[in-house]
Amino acid sequence: MNTKLLMGVIFAASIAISCNPPAAENQQATTTEETQAGGQEAVIDDDSQKDIVKIAVGSADHSTLVAALKQADYVTSLSNAGPFTVFAPTNEAFNKLPAGTVDDLMKPENKAKLQDILEYHVSLGVFKPEMLTDGQTINQANLKNIAISNKDNKIMINNQANIIATIPAANGVIHVIDAVLLPPDK
Amino acid sequence: MKQSKIKNVVLASIAVIAIAALPSCKPKNVSTATSGDAAKKAYVAPGKYDEFYNIVSGGFSGQMSIYGLPSGRLFRVIPVFSVDPEKGYGYSEESKAMLNTSHGFVPWDDLHHISLSETDGVHDGRWAFGNANNTPRIARIDLKTFRTAEIIEIPNSAGNHSSPFITENSEYVVAGTRFSVPMSNGTTDVPINTYKENFKGTVSFINVDKESGKMGIAFQILLPGVDFDLSRAGKGKSHGWFFFSCYNSERANTLLEVNASKFDKDFIMAVNWKKAEEYVKAGKGVKKNVSYAHNTYDEKTHTANSTIEKEVIMLDPKDCPDMVYLMPCPKSPHGCDTDPTGEYIVGSGKLAAVIPVFSFTKMQEAINAKNFEGEYDGLPVLKYDAVLHGEVKKPGLGPLHTEFDANGNAYTSFFVSSEIVKWRLSDLSVLDRVPTYYSVGHLCVPGGPTKKPWGKYVIAYNKITKDRYLPTGPELTQSAQLYDISGDKMQLILDFPTIGEPHYAEAIPAELLSKNSTKIYKIEENQHPYVTKGEKEAKVERKGNEVHVYMTSIRSHFVPDNIEGVKLGDVVYFHVTNLEQDWDVPHGFAVKGANNAELLIMPGETSTLMWKPDRVGVFPFYCTDFCSALHQEMQGYIRISPANSNVPLTFSTGTNQPPIN
Repeated sequence: MNTKLLMGVIFAASIAISCNPPAAENQQATTTEETQAGGQEAVIDDDSQKDIVKIAVGSADHSTLVAALKQADYVTSLSNAGPFTVFAPTNEAFNKLPAGTVDDLMKPENKAKLQDILEYHVSLGVFKPEMLTDGQTINQANLKNIAISNKDNKIMINNQANIIATIPAANGVIHVIDAVLLPPDK
Repeated sequence: MKQSKIKNVVLASIAVIAIAALPSCKPKNVSTATSGDAAKKAYVAPGKYDEFYNIVSGGFSGQMSIYGLPSGRLFRVIPVFSVDPEKGYGYSEESKAMLNTSHGFVPWDDLHHISLSETDGVHDGRWAFGNANNTPRIARIDLKTFRTAEIIEIPNSAGNHSSPFITENSEYVVAGTRFSVPMSNGTTDVPINTYKENFKGTVSFINVDKESGKMGIAFQILLPGVDFDLSRAGKGKSHGWFFFSCYNSERANTLLEVNASKFDKDFIMAVNWKKAEEYVKAGKGVKKNVSYAHNTYDEKTHTANSTIEKEVIMLDPKDCPDMVYLMPCPKSPHGCDTDPTGEYIVGSGKLAAVIPVFSFTKMQEAINAKNFEGEYDGLPVLKYDAVLHGEVKKPGLGPLHTEFDANGNAYTSFFVSSEIVKWRLSDLSVLDRVPTYYSVGHLCVPGGPTKKPWGKYVIAYNKITKDRYLPTGPELTQSAQLYDISGDKMQLILDFPTIGEPHYAEAIPAELLSKNSTKIYKIEENQHPYVTKGEKEAKVERKGNEVHVYMTSIRSHFVPDNIEGVKLGDVVYFHVTNLEQDWDVPHGFAVKGANNAELLIMPGETSTLMWKPDRVGVFPFYCTDFCSALHQEMQGYIRISPANSNVPLTFSTGTNQPPIN
């Protein structure tokens, strides 16, 4: 727990420290090269509703997902206008994977596979719980389908993951799920 | 065991976050500072000309804007589909007809795409075309005068998005319906939930006269009620074909966000327009009664004329075999771009994580072999694998549009992942990627859609700017970003703000336009019915309750500048002729209290402001465009007397009329 809190603090601090270059440097930048900024995730805005990435970063239960999004270079994408529906597995859900799976996926050589898995958790469009109907399929960002079951408002994805919470975001909606969705091979 | 893994992941995430956060605040080190030549590349010294004109759509501003590249300097906003009080466009009597439609006067529209005229697939610098998305129209802009020369309304259409893309000899510009609608055949009052039965799409082929540029609707093709999105003509080997992306093959009429995203694949539609021409000649088309406005601006009379036309020829693919084919394309394709050779058609499924690239040669083979996977509403659907050149794998998220250079490379914009990705057409390998700030929509390589891309730059037109410029409240400027693509790696060299919302843009070498640019309108050629070709001809005439003022302007006075004998209830027409024959010396005209805009009159031009005085009094008028050192002296008065007054109609400049006793 303390470690996670610490992470939050470090993250916040890194943003806060990041962007006050001394005036001399500013001047230099104008005469030489454009300042290479981060993507939309680096926009400093405490007034607007939080987007999917900001919500995930602020959630202690999603540090693995956030790390995976960073590794897959999908932080910028999910800070975009969207609209997205993100099925967000908890840390515990990642822990249910066979030992070593996450470490393996985080290796640079497995980036494409990690991207594919993360894309399988993202739908373009906002699917609120009431729009997830029994027998529905949704084609995800990686072009593979997920199957929805909805029995008495108990929603499951691929007969495997339960939606345990739904959080609206500025650029879509997050459904917190208790299992990682693995895309079918074909 | 489990604990330590979590800890590892958490630690890893700290590291990743820390690294990711770093680039935004990395201090400039010596190498970036010394190698940074971006400013030099975008710098055009004062008094020097830019290398390219960038002709940019204004989106919801309804206008087109002209920038220089690489400087990003804005030169002109051309009023097209929206009124522009600054230029009197839509306010002067002469220009009102340009905005006439079958719905009457429409003061606004949404201009999305530009196409420049071509000869043999290469820019010829004659005209720019733009589409009106809302009340379907196509405009032609004369690139000698940078003014709107013609607007034609498109009947049987709604949401004219898939437009105004052009064939390689400017034979046609096209107009494809984004919104399908009930066709105007007497049964348009239908329940919306009968969409699948009653709603149809069309694509229109508008021919362009080789000499005058004048447009006419050659024929329309009746199509299933999908949403046509974008299109490109074939070229070279595929000349004679036109390709249209379409989404909503689900034919949903509500909550398209979800309901039009159900199918894994929608289509790229291939239209053999040479075949269509044969069918029209053979009388296969059906004449449909419609009503649409066709507005042309006459440079001799300086006046727009609007006529309502009543008929179009409609081709139904059911009666015209081998004219229309569908190619399956993943996930709601948006961009549909043909490469300079005409061999490759790049579809961009905006929800997809691949870019499918179709082969024209394979498409021909598949058509000949009847390699169909089925039919969609009677149209043959070719097998995906049979027409596919290949897919660019994992190029980014949300591919939208693709432009090309002359070296076999493609540049695709990615909205979701906010980047431009350069890839090679032959082997579909990704060569380079650069971030855009943020959420790029269209992009433009000079000559990118032609057979002969001029290359050198790619410009990103972004939808979101957030923190890129000084904030200006809730609405921020739209933005373009200029990248140098002359090397292997793309390099961002400039951000520049744009008017309205830029969608598509084209860029053309400066000398193709600059050498032909009009400087003045010759006064002796002015055939305006109310022209005043010299100060001696200036006069004021009454026709019933209309008062016509034949007025001249030249540095630095109006003739006449004192007018009396106008009465409340009269309608005053100021027909102002700018007698100057000198480049860049427009005169303006405005009168106090007019429920109207100003006039802005070019040298040699005549323009008319209508004014209905609402009260008795003396009203000043003046020149609004700083024309000379004595601009502030360029003014006059008009006296409005009560309706029953006996003040005689008089006018003068330099003397008092009637003389003071």
